[in-house]
Amino acid sequence: MDPFETLSAVAVPLEQANVNTDQIFPARMIKKPRAVGYAQFTFHDIRRDDAGALRDDFPLNQDKYRDARILVAGVNFGCGSSREGAVYTLLDSGFRVVIAPSFGDIFAANCLKNGLLTITLPEATVADLRKEISAAAAPRLTVNLEAEEITRPSGETLAFEAEPFQKHCLLNGLNEIDLSLEFAAEIDAFEQAHRARLPWLAVEEG
Amino acid sequence: MGTEAPKTIFDRIWESHVITRRDDGESLIYIDRLLLQENSFHAFDKIRRENRKVRNPGQAFAFADHYVPTRDRARGLDAIADPEIRNMVELIEADTRAYDITLFGLGDIRQGILHVVGPEQGITQPGLVIAGADSHTSTHGALGAYAFGIGSSEVAHVLAVQGLWRPRPKTMLVDVVDPLPAGTTAKDLILAIIARIGAGGAVGHVIEYAGPGITGLSVEERMTVCNMSIEAGARAGLVSPDDKVFDYVKGRPYAPRGEDWERALAYWRSLPSAPGAAYDRRVEITGGEVAPMVTWGTSPDQALAVTGRVPDPAAEGDADERRRMERALTYMDLRPGQDLRAIAVDRVFIGSCTNSRIEDLRAAAAVAKGRQARVPAMVVPGSGLIKRQAEEEGLHEIFLGAGFEWREPGCSMCVAINGDGLQPGERCASTSNRNFEGRQGRGGRTHLMSPAMAAAAAVTGHLSDVRDLLAEG
Repeated sequence: MDPFETLSAVAVPLEQANVNTDQIFPARMIKKPRAVGYAQFTFHDIRRDDAGALRDDFPLNQDKYRDARILVAGVNFGCGSSREGAVYTLLDSGFRVVIAPSFGDIFAANCLKNGLLTITLPEATVADLRKEISAAAAPRLTVNLEAEEITRPSGETLAFEAEPFQKHCLLNGLNEIDLSLEFAAEIDAFEQAHRARLPWLAVEEG
Repeated sequence: MGTEAPKTIFDRIWESHVITRRDDGESLIYIDRLLLQENSFHAFDKIRRENRKVRNPGQAFAFADHYVPTRDRARGLDAIADPEIRNMVELIEADTRAYDITLFGLGDIRQGILHVVGPEQGITQPGLVIAGADSHTSTHGALGAYAFGIGSSEVAHVLAVQGLWRPRPKTMLVDVVDPLPAGTTAKDLILAIIARIGAGGAVGHVIEYAGPGITGLSVEERMTVCNMSIEAGARAGLVSPDDKVFDYVKGRPYAPRGEDWERALAYWRSLPSAPGAAYDRRVEITGGEVAPMVTWGTSPDQALAVTGRVPDPAAEGDADERRRMERALTYMDLRPGQDLRAIAVDRVFIGSCTNSRIEDLRAAAAVAKGRQARVPAMVVPGSGLIKRQAEEEGLHEIFLGAGFEWREPGCSMCVAINGDGLQPGERCASTSNRNFEGRQGRGGRTHLMSPAMAAAAAVTGHLSDVRDLLAEG
């Protein structure tokens, strides 16, 4: 996982609430190996019209947001299916930060494992940020994870709170499995006691 | 020495599975069972790439369900024309073989949807922590387990570590204070609950369903309720286990037996939430007021009693909510004020991890019996064993006689990635769990409802109140 440093990039607003992982990454694309590059599938169906042409009213299709790496979304972003392809596709499209009032739990966990920073801010603050980005000629935000601070297009700053562990992993590009395996002795001891307490857990088909 | 505060079942399961805690407050939770499906190939890729060992392959179970064909099973893999789809079924076979993991695969009579087969085989038991590579893993909470969906990276993490890091979720009690009225089902109840708390209403929470409206349900009906917890944003949903659950588990292939059974039973009886236990939130639902429900929009919380009318966004005060409603009505091609029962459907799908168990098929068959489907309708049992049982009961003959298709088990048109799906613009009465835009095929329009309601839509050709048909006999 690439360490996260300060990111200064174009931000794209997405007004819709409850954007689900089917909309971020349609189910029929999951069977594609990651190697094909998932950028081509990002918001595949909702950014196109029925004839398959890109819709002008979808922000990501507009020149202004073409190079967006920060997504400013609505409530409950990433609800629905657990498919991690929804995170891969955003990463492959260049996104490193999603800002929203709330996230689907599984999606947020998947983001953390892949170095996609999720920032949760109050609904009114996010709505205001989307409005400012839409109005700005240069819709750029700077996200400083170390300082837990966003610089808005106006130059004003906005504080956010990062989860300490997410921050630590992102800043250092750490692999979580390696970190967890450092607890091998605790896991072994727990497992032994757990199996002694609940002996029927040993898997056996009768 | 002070008295210990009364605990919820979730408290008990959580506290008995904490391996260790981190400074930031997250706990490493022991995972008793890991459930996999074809889309887990990303997790196996990660295990291979990082050269990891699978810690306890015996605690993982894999299921071929998302991509399997629902026809021509005698031809095995050859029944899958699309090479990419076929590859998914082959990958889960190869990966489970390589890592010595049990697979309920194509050609196995026990094969079926992971959330149907897990309980059916006795793999799901009270008090367990179960992680699944699918968001509807919450289904298993019906037996008193803490069960939740995870993504591929966390699947790889469980394979390597047998644990997961989690902040302790909050708890929400959904208290269904009285029983459901006749003609109303568990599906109607959960749609009513989601409509009440919203698609994101339970984010960060584990829901415990309780009260007479829940204890009166069968174990299968509780699975339908717990299954859709995720559609309210919940991390998991569960029910305190009772004798119905213990009777359900007893004698199943992976259930404890002999002396182990007695020990397990004694432990399971200690799990239910104690009276007076504290929850972070409480929601009270009047079960007696729940009517047969249908969704009208593109999110499971956009649901109403079938006797109602399509809502009018103009009457909505909140601007964001109004926009959301307008977008849904445009996609669904519906007009405000339209009678829900006047909405004609093109297709009917009875199946999915929400509603493909034997009781679901019986309920649908009771409506289909002696009637004729007016639109193409398909029935997809949740497992090979359910299919066999239904055939022993003669349900397939009722369905076939009524012009319904009788298919082979799998996820099929719930997620529409095995080749079964809607054409653009087609409208479907479906017993599945998500009415998202494009969920059942690009441009497809989904109305969620119970199996009996879906069967009623099939024989009338439009959304219907099944109580009217049942009254006719």
